[in-house]
Amino acid sequence: MPRRRRARKVVEPPSFKGYKPYGTIHGKNGKVELHYEEYEAIKLADYDLMNHHEACELMGVSRPTFARVYETARQKIAKALVEGKEIVAVYGDAHLEKDWFECGDCKSKFTIPNELIDKNCPLCSSSSITNILH
Amino acid sequence: MKTLITSQGDSTDSYFDLRFGRGKYFCIYNSETGKIEFVKNTNADAQGGAGTKTSEMVIELGVKKVISGDFGPKAKDLLMKFGVQMIIITDSNKTILEIIRTLS
Repeated sequence: MPRRRRARKVVEPPSFKGYKPYGTIHGKNGKVELHYEEYEAIKLADYDLMNHHEACELMGVSRPTFARVYETARQKIAKALVEGKEIVAVYGDAHLEKDWFECGDCKSKFTIPNELIDKNCPLCSSSSITNILH
Repeated sequence: MKTLITSQGDSTDSYFDLRFGRGKYFCIYNSETGKIEFVKNTNADAQGGAGTKTSEMVIELGVKKVISGDFGPKAKDLLMKFGVQMIIITDSNKTILEIIRTLS
């Protein structure tokens, strides 16, 4: 059995669902699936201008893994540009950072689904909860 | 609201099970009526996809909170999609009764 894939931490999902080329000569050319973690890699390295070492720590993976994610991201974008494909943002192996919380009193970790109004610890109702990197 | 706790046995004195998909029993606690019932996990010895099958079971049972030791990547995705709250406790020396007490 292969080693379990480590979830890549993503601070914020992309603000778009995809990109579409316009005026393509050959009509529809299919699409390329850009994972959230690949978007995040491009953002950290090329938009926030971080080096790979800083970026890999933020995403919770090793530097070689970050480099691999970044490379597939660049290849996918290049493919989309050259072949006139659509880019669709998909979830991938990402783990959204703001999803997990830890309770300061009972040390349990938990998620808070969107529809939930109660933002206290679900186990001991303590209000001292912190966002964690899971 | 229904809460599911993974358990090693079918009584409130039994210890909490750290595994989700392959947990032996599930304790379902209803916080409104105070009713506690135990369900045997039929997927505990499944060859594969135990996490996915168990998550489906959780969703069918109408449970809104799940307490376990850890969740696999597929179970996490599924539960998150259906808005089920996941709670991770790493202390395996707790009995079901102790957990229910802290809940209420």
